[in-house]
Amino acid sequence: MKRYVATRAATMFGVLMVTLLITISLVGSNMDTILKQGIVFQVRSEITENPAIAESFSSVEEFETFIQSQIEQRTKVLGLDEPWYSPQRIGLTMYKILLLDFGHATFLTSDAGSSDVKDIIFEKLPRTILLFTTATIVISVMGIFLGALSASKVGSVIDRITSSFAIISSSFPVWWIGMLMIFLFAFTYQIFPARATPDIPSSDPGYVGSLLYHMALPLITIVMIGFGSWAYLVRNFMVGIMQEDFIMAKRTIGIKQKKIIYSHALKNAAPPIVTILALSLSGSLGGAIITEAVFDWPGMGRLYFEAITVMDLPVIIGATYILTVFFLVSIFIADLLYGYFDPRVRTGNE
Amino acid sequence: MSSITPQEIKQEFLKSKIGIVGITILGILIVTSIIAIIAIPVETFQEWNNPGNWISYPKVAIPIWINIFMTEKIPEHKILENPHIQTNSEGEIILSSHKFGVNFDYELFPNDFIYVFSSEYSESALLQMSVTRPDGIKLELLSTSLPYSNTKTIHSERIFSTDDAIKKNLLLQSEIFDFNLEGLSTEDIVFSDTKANVPLKGDYIFSIDTYSINSEIKSHESKLIIGGKAFGMMGTDELRRDLAIGLLWGTPLALFIGLVVSIASVIMGLLYGVYAGFKGKKTDEVMMRFNDVIYALPALPFLIILSVTISNSIFVLVGFLMIFGWVGIAKVARSMSLQIKTRGYVDAANMMGQKNSKIVLKHILPQLLPYAFASIAISVPAAITTEAGLSFLGLGDPSFPTWGHILHDANTFGAAARGLWWWIMPPGVMIAITGLAFVFIGNALDAIVNPKLKR
Repeated sequence: MKRYVATRAATMFGVLMVTLLITISLVGSNMDTILKQGIVFQVRSEITENPAIAESFSSVEEFETFIQSQIEQRTKVLGLDEPWYSPQRIGLTMYKILLLDFGHATFLTSDAGSSDVKDIIFEKLPRTILLFTTATIVISVMGIFLGALSASKVGSVIDRITSSFAIISSSFPVWWIGMLMIFLFAFTYQIFPARATPDIPSSDPGYVGSLLYHMALPLITIVMIGFGSWAYLVRNFMVGIMQEDFIMAKRTIGIKQKKIIYSHALKNAAPPIVTILALSLSGSLGGAIITEAVFDWPGMGRLYFEAITVMDLPVIIGATYILTVFFLVSIFIADLLYGYFDPRVRTGNE
Repeated sequence: MSSITPQEIKQEFLKSKIGIVGITILGILIVTSIIAIIAIPVETFQEWNNPGNWISYPKVAIPIWINIFMTEKIPEHKILENPHIQTNSEGEIILSSHKFGVNFDYELFPNDFIYVFSSEYSESALLQMSVTRPDGIKLELLSTSLPYSNTKTIHSERIFSTDDAIKKNLLLQSEIFDFNLEGLSTEDIVFSDTKANVPLKGDYIFSIDTYSINSEIKSHESKLIIGGKAFGMMGTDELRRDLAIGLLWGTPLALFIGLVVSIASVIMGLLYGVYAGFKGKKTDEVMMRFNDVIYALPALPFLIILSVTISNSIFVLVGFLMIFGWVGIAKVARSMSLQIKTRGYVDAANMMGQKNSKIVLKHILPQLLPYAFASIAISVPAAITTEAGLSFLGLGDPSFPTWGHILHDANTFGAAARGLWWWIMPPGVMIAITGLAFVFIGNALDAIVNPKLKR
């Protein structure tokens, strides 16, 4: 078991590094250009603010060379004289990112006004977790219940409705349903607000209430699209288990169908269900980008989208890193759970 | 894993109801694509983002079929392109008269009317515009001279109903109407009853007379547009684009993206997984670690970064989608090939000294084909919705009117807030229907491949 955990952890760490490397190499050259422009801007603005510097030079050329040397000096201090792909700089950048030091955002700020990427991310992250964790919990409870119900009556009306709902809902994009929901329940019937961003400051005592009220529409949408396929998944696991010999045996002994389903079959279906639950929690974070953009929910997804539209590279790198960490941690947990429940996996024998 | 022959699959498939529904929908979609490609010239959809191409269309017009359900009919947007042309000559003066007949029977006034023309003449020419109403009254609208030219020249112009000269001419004829014309727009006067300012239903004849001296006028274009609030089968959007064209062209694009991505990723995954499983040992270990790395990459953030930094061309995007598509299939294919490898006939083939490639291609891959078809069908919707999602975020290929792109525009122009349902509903429904067709087919195949689920 220890060996299994160690290999999995090592793989995950490797993946994290690869992800970081890919992200940096994709945005690296852009990042350098932006940083260099920033330095030029900084030097120029310092000089315009301080007319005494400009007056101390006799000729224009001298002044220009002074500016150039200033720019070069600062470029060197920041290590920008070397290309972004030099091992030194990549190493430094990755080390910094590992320690959650993402630098300062170019355009975006947190609600509190800080431009530190770490502050921005840790302000948005809880909101995304709040929305998507709540949604996942609701979805899984509904899904497990419905799935068990339809597995107990295969071919019944409930089973058919659940299965067809699962199949139909899986081909609708969540964000489109979101647009329809906004159209219907925010504008045609004005029940819920269209923008999911609470309109009162977070210091207000009514903030939590407002947040929950604004959360309702995205939550309903995510649950509506999600629970069907969950129920279908649980049903399929259960149907598989109900065909196993030990269930047959229990049935012949005369144990009630209800008891078999809810205590024996469900217990045996638990490992894959728990594993997929862990995976879907993290998967929902990735899908958050579009959903949050539609509902204007002030979380990680919308931050990511905003960062992409204005090309705020430090934020992009930071958000990708955090999303990847979450994704990997949940895959890791899922792996461990699977190994724990199913010993065949961890011994590595096929 | 059981071996099923293609004939058995076909037989079983024809028995499954949802499979047939799926195939039927897919057939309809393919026919739609063929119609789109044949009926709508490629140039039209390349002009999708060119506002000049859509100028004679109305802004955010509702689909015309909505009038079937309405008691108060919404005025249709009419583009009249074939006037009745008459040419008379009286000595030096040549008169060319274009007549447009319009049947107007709506409860609301039209938005505006525009006369678009392009004529070839020399020296001076005079244009007179008048309308004969259903009640027999003839209103003079405009009389203007076209720019003088010594040589033969082509003059193109759009005369709008908002033209001040038309308004002035109408005010001069104000005694016809029983109400005050001050502050009313031209179309509200022209299409109004004389007693009160309500629309007068019936046949209107717009006639445009062009007089020229000594030279005959050649008309290159002559169009009368009666601006309405309903147009086409699917309506139009904020940029006056005909949504029917966008939706039709979206079909082959979506099928292309979905099918290419899923077929390519299934083939890649299958070969990768089977090879890893067949080789085993170190090769397997290394290949599966690589597989783990790709599997653990968060797909959507990466697709976004890739499309922003590298290219958002639709063909490159298809490639990016493949990168994330093959991973899961490779895992399943590997475990399946591990099972098949242990079977007697593979051992026998091995002992007979057959080449590895031949064993993989002849003995292992065919066993996986039913599974491969099922996974192709099942992975199409994901590819389509992912591309639509990227387009929706505005990161897709802007030069192609994909469904996601239409929805992106709808979202940018606040279609939900303005109640423009015909801009939001159809693209999403199309995405869902296309997805459903493949899900149905996939489920039917899956039930044949994994008989356990059927019971």
